[in-house]
Amino acid sequence: MVELRRGNDSAAGVTKSAHNGVGPFFAWQYAYPLAKFGKVRMIRMVCLVLLLVGAPLWARDEVPLRIGLTPVFLDHQTSFLEEWRAYLEGKLHRPVVFAQRSSYRGVVELMLQGELDFAWLCGYPYVRNRNDMTLLAAPVYQGESLYRSYLIVPATDITTRSLVDLRGRIFAYSDPDSNSGYLVTQHRLLESQAGTQGFFRRTFFTWSHRKVVEAVAANVADGGAVDGYVWDTLAQLHPELTARTRVVERSASFGFPPMVARQSVSTADMAAMREVLLEMNGDEQGRALLARLNLEGFQTVEPELYRGIETMMARVLDGRRAAQP
Amino acid sequence: MLHNLSFRYKVPIRSSILILVTALLVTVSLMYRAYDDMRRDLLFNAEGMSRVLVRTLVPAILHDDVWQAYEVIHSAYPMAGNAASVQSELILVLDNAGNTYIANQPTRFPMLSDPAVGGAEFALLKRAALQHQEEIPAVVDLDLAEYLYLVMPIISDRVRLGSLVLGFPRSMFLPRFLTIAKRAAWMTLLSLAVLLPITWYWAGRMARPMVQLANCMERLGETAPEHMQCDLYESQDEIGRLGLSFRRMLGELQEKQGLERQIVVADRLGAIGRLTSSIAHEINNPLGGMLNAIDTFKRHGNCDNQRTHRTMSLLERGLLQIRDTVAALLVEAKAGSHTLTPVDIEDIHTLVAPEAGKKSARIEWHNELEQPIDLPATPVRQTLINLLLNAVHAVEEGGLVRCLVWADNYRLHLQVANDGRHIPADKLEHLFEPFSPVSESGHGLGLWVCYQIAQQLGGDIHVHSEPDYTVFTVALPYGERA
Repeated sequence: MVELRRGNDSAAGVTKSAHNGVGPFFAWQYAYPLAKFGKVRMIRMVCLVLLLVGAPLWARDEVPLRIGLTPVFLDHQTSFLEEWRAYLEGKLHRPVVFAQRSSYRGVVELMLQGELDFAWLCGYPYVRNRNDMTLLAAPVYQGESLYRSYLIVPATDITTRSLVDLRGRIFAYSDPDSNSGYLVTQHRLLESQAGTQGFFRRTFFTWSHRKVVEAVAANVADGGAVDGYVWDTLAQLHPELTARTRVVERSASFGFPPMVARQSVSTADMAAMREVLLEMNGDEQGRALLARLNLEGFQTVEPELYRGIETMMARVLDGRRAAQP
Repeated sequence: MLHNLSFRYKVPIRSSILILVTALLVTVSLMYRAYDDMRRDLLFNAEGMSRVLVRTLVPAILHDDVWQAYEVIHSAYPMAGNAASVQSELILVLDNAGNTYIANQPTRFPMLSDPAVGGAEFALLKRAALQHQEEIPAVVDLDLAEYLYLVMPIISDRVRLGSLVLGFPRSMFLPRFLTIAKRAAWMTLLSLAVLLPITWYWAGRMARPMVQLANCMERLGETAPEHMQCDLYESQDEIGRLGLSFRRMLGELQEKQGLERQIVVADRLGAIGRLTSSIAHEINNPLGGMLNAIDTFKRHGNCDNQRTHRTMSLLERGLLQIRDTVAALLVEAKAGSHTLTPVDIEDIHTLVAPEAGKKSARIEWHNELEQPIDLPATPVRQTLINLLLNAVHAVEEGGLVRCLVWADNYRLHLQVANDGRHIPADKLEHLFEPFSPVSESGHGLGLWVCYQIAQQLGGDIHVHSEPDYTVFTVALPYGERA
């Protein structure tokens, strides 16, 4: 199939068409020999032609695999996604389409509606919807499929020692369906007897871990809950951003956001996908992609890995019920 | 300090000051204009910006998505709120209570805080923002405020959600002002560089005649007017006219001093004349008696004694000499004499010629008289002889003496010139006094006699002497004028 030796620069041109779910596979084959001559432009033209002529062809032939992505990792990396998509296509011998939504809920809903075959989800929505999803694999980060939640405050705040010190302040969560960016903090508040209601003066969601860091760095929020893996990765890529924040608390370890499959996905597809993921660190290209994610690979995990999240979820739900009259 | 400076420096300094003042005024007006323009541009852009922001903020506020609201206002001025740029655009979103919903400078205006905490101007701003109801941006220009504000309500479907405030720091205008000021300073320097040499040259030209005149007038006290050499500027302008007047004044001054000196000389000579004549008369009376006595004694006395005779003769000679001298002092011009005829003048030529011959001096003789002149011949002849003999004495060997005699307008003119030694100016004043020290031979009465004759005949006598040319002129009125 297609050998991908493109630079990142030309990727932007094809990304848009990729979301339409048709054409890009052919597009690569045709576009590649023309790479030297106005690559992006040529690709766009070919895409357009294929969109009109080739679409029915695809529909009849091979149905693309649809993968939902949530901001559990660093989004904003369109070029990376394009490369990863091409990699997966190469390995699976099938077209692959990524779907991104602004919140976890959007992706979960697509999944439940059968619009997506796979999704990279946070542990929390997985635990909530485990009956409709199958655990495929989880990334390996620092040797384990574990990560933590960080409580961060602006670097200018030198007094805060723990979450309790932030009473009556403004707090940024990443997503109401995020484990590290919401559930952990909620649970921590219940545990500390502070109560989730009215502890903070105001809270808001930024719908992405990275933006929690930005909100805290810009002093929009006095504190924030962020995925520890995201913060650490940001600290490598954008130290100037993380330097404006300070990590106050690190939570216990939880299962890393896993790759899940819709329950109804065929066993063959599931197996193929799992195999590709597990073998990603087996070839150079896969390792390069993993390196850009700051991950070491994927491994199969048991649902027990997410028991901690489940426990917290139950505790928080109980707490909420108790709080309501 | 400047007051006492020469015009040479005053004019360039003054024109430099004028250039600076002009540049300053132009700069200030440019700055004012720039401020006006900038303010107008800024508000124009800000109005568009606030309309867009309000529209974009509505969904975020409706969903209470404060982070989205922050991203919206942050994207308007991405550099604002950085610690590095202290003075940057401020965007405030206020809720209906006037508290901060979100600001692009969250450190200064934290969420939910009262903006009035930020300072008095924000309290005023808050009131203005809340009072503004119309769905158009309004300018809030508070005196001495840090920012220039634009406020606009955020309204969705006639429900007010809050207010948008855009603040533009006034210090943003400063760099533009500095640019203008810098440019103006360069232009001023450039124009000074061009104009200063011109004004310097021009001032020099303008001041030179004044300086010359001033220097000349200053010297007036120290130097006699007739010796003043003034190089004055000639023109019809004020300075030229001033110089002209000064020169005229100088001439009049010279003339006046000359007249004064003549009067002094004449007065002195008159006094001397009166003195000598009275002394002469006082001497003549006893002298006549003494001579008579000696004569009588010689004729009738016993004169056998040789010694007595010698003594008498000695006395007589001495007294006669006194009488001669006194007679010479007592010039009697009007004593009976015949009328002057041309021949009388020619006789003098003949008389003087041998004396001139001794020195091989040449005499140029121009006698223009053709008819008798109504003047006594003797004093006129005596005057002419005296003058001619003096001239012959004055010339060197082979020198030239010129004699001119003419009559016009009832005046007889005798002019005797020679090319001999000239008479120094300081001696001219005492030239006509008796026993004049100028005279090297003789008793120095010759010119005195001439002067007395001229005076008695109602005329005058003048001398002019310069190296190699000395001339005596006598003018005597006759006929009706006399």
